[in-house]
Amino acid sequence: MTVTWAQRRKARLDDLSAGRSLTSEAFRRLRREPAAIAGAVIVGLFVVVAALAPLIAPHGAAETFPQLQENLRPGAIPGPQDGFPLGSDQLGRDFFSRVILAAQQTLLVGVLATLIGLVVGIVIGTVAGAFGGWVDTLLMRITDVLLAIPSLLLAISVAALAASPSQTTVIIAVAIVGVPIFARLLRGSMLAQRESDHVVAATSLGVKRSAVVLRHMLPNAIGPVIVQATLTLATSILDAAALSFLGLGDADPARAEWGLMLAQAQTYLDVRPALAFYPAAAIIVVALGFTLLGESLREAIDPKGRR
Amino acid sequence: MLRFVLRRLVQVIPTLLLLSLLVFAWLRSLPGGPASAFLGDRATPQRIAELNRILGLDQPVLVQYWRFLVRVASGDFGTSTITGEPVLAEIGRALPATIELSLAALVIAVVLGIPLGYVAAQYRGRPLDVTTVIGTLIGVAVPVFFLGYLLKSVFAVQLGWFPPSGRQAVDVDATNVTGFAVLDGFLTQEWDASLDALSHLVLPAVALATIPLAVIVRITRASVLDVLGSDFVRTANSKGLSPSTVRGRHVLRNALLPVSTTIGLQVGLLLAGAVLTEKVFVWGGIGTLLAGAIEQRDYPRLQALLLLGALVYVLVNLLVDLSYAIIDPRVRLS
Repeated sequence: MTVTWAQRRKARLDDLSAGRSLTSEAFRRLRREPAAIAGAVIVGLFVVVAALAPLIAPHGAAETFPQLQENLRPGAIPGPQDGFPLGSDQLGRDFFSRVILAAQQTLLVGVLATLIGLVVGIVIGTVAGAFGGWVDTLLMRITDVLLAIPSLLLAISVAALAASPSQTTVIIAVAIVGVPIFARLLRGSMLAQRESDHVVAATSLGVKRSAVVLRHMLPNAIGPVIVQATLTLATSILDAAALSFLGLGDADPARAEWGLMLAQAQTYLDVRPALAFYPAAAIIVVALGFTLLGESLREAIDPKGRR
Repeated sequence: MLRFVLRRLVQVIPTLLLLSLLVFAWLRSLPGGPASAFLGDRATPQRIAELNRILGLDQPVLVQYWRFLVRVASGDFGTSTITGEPVLAEIGRALPATIELSLAALVIAVVLGIPLGYVAAQYRGRPLDVTTVIGTLIGVAVPVFFLGYLLKSVFAVQLGWFPPSGRQAVDVDATNVTGFAVLDGFLTQEWDASLDALSHLVLPAVALATIPLAVIVRITRASVLDVLGSDFVRTANSKGLSPSTVRGRHVLRNALLPVSTTIGLQVGLLLAGAVLTEKVFVWGGIGTLLAGAIEQRDYPRLQALLLLGALVYVLVNLLVDLSYAIIDPRVRLS
């Protein structure tokens, strides 16, 4: 990507017409970044498929078909045929419908886990960053301990606590992994905000402390955390898949979810590799989409990148 | 140097104490309490009450925590509910397998990753660079266990180039010295045993190496780009130093500092990845112990693995901090 002289001059002129906010400038840069566009398109596509899944999928996730089941043998799973574009799965269900419907469940797990981790992390980070002192020390010690445990190991030990694995335990386990990361990040940028001129100004004007924290510090400090959340969406989906593989996921065979489908398909890899490939490809592409989006977001809001 | 190490070791203690508190709380919040968890299917109200008394669970919480600490500090993690063996002995036996696998993966990741990242940075924006960057993004997005099965299916089952599972073929007569299969072969000069162990190591190590490899490539690339744009590299070049001198003494040495941090952080990933990889390749290391503990809800074993895993992670990060001083003389340890 060579930048021509004309483009560079134009960019400089754009910057000279000052008065742009950080956010609008970040968006301006994002729109020019191919990686950001690719990420946004991928994520958008998956969200649309997930939202419309029940309309796109011709059959239900748990529906079995006698015409598929009668051809089901050890060592043979029926392939694509009339009405079943991707063939059968290991139990005689429509594989195509399951792959589509799984978009909903997989994104739901990833988004919910990230969101819960984000909210808890924001609360902890805000409290630690705004108050400082012993509250800060205590909270950060605890996050340090959580960070000292390798993330998947942490998720595993949380998930293993549940008497019977379910979707909820997976979501909570994956969410907890994100909490210390979000909390630390936010606390760091909150601390930087505390010393900044606009916060000092607001405080000396007599603005209430809660308002200073929530309206002046938090909005300015939250950027890096949002970026991290986008990246965490990718790892959340992968972690959830790993938990499924280890038998800590939802045991309900009727539920269509890529991680679970992939885990179950391993047994049939030599019989019908497609059973593993489609869920795997879906996970890889959606994780790639979130990563692309997150990385370009990170670059876009980085003040060092402003030119 | 020594004072720094000692101080850092002392700093580790509160972290470990808090971690032990966490694990303690974790054990107490087990469904039905530890007693019924330990007893599993054999749990009856009388047995639970008896075990509660034996385990001291009828004592005040603080007393219990203190006893737990003393027990753990003396290396007593209890016995596995699966095998009935002391957990620490089990872990000791499985450890060499996992260290061997992780080391092999780390070597692959570092040996391939640093040059790849360096070359990608040199050719910034060209097809080679773009391909590498896309490759690293995909590498991070592939579920490790899927990659493991894929490698196994293609290179072991279909092509037959490598054995599909295990650490050593059964018919190889290998002497066990250290527990590290490849090393043992060297030590006893049983070359066939060493070679066989090595061929078993290839596929799992490659599967385990992908994520660290991708991360190392990306960090190296970013770091080299950063250094290449710096004033001292321009000066070095304009002084007429040979490209190889600039590369080795100026660029690489300065670019490697963030990379060494990353390598340290990968140890956590390797530990987690080993759980998945070992399950795929029936490796019989720590990951296999952990997978078994999860499946059968073996809480003493889980607890020990969690504590030891965190301990290793913390110590490795200490080592990484120390390595700064060697790579970058500007870093003063204090």
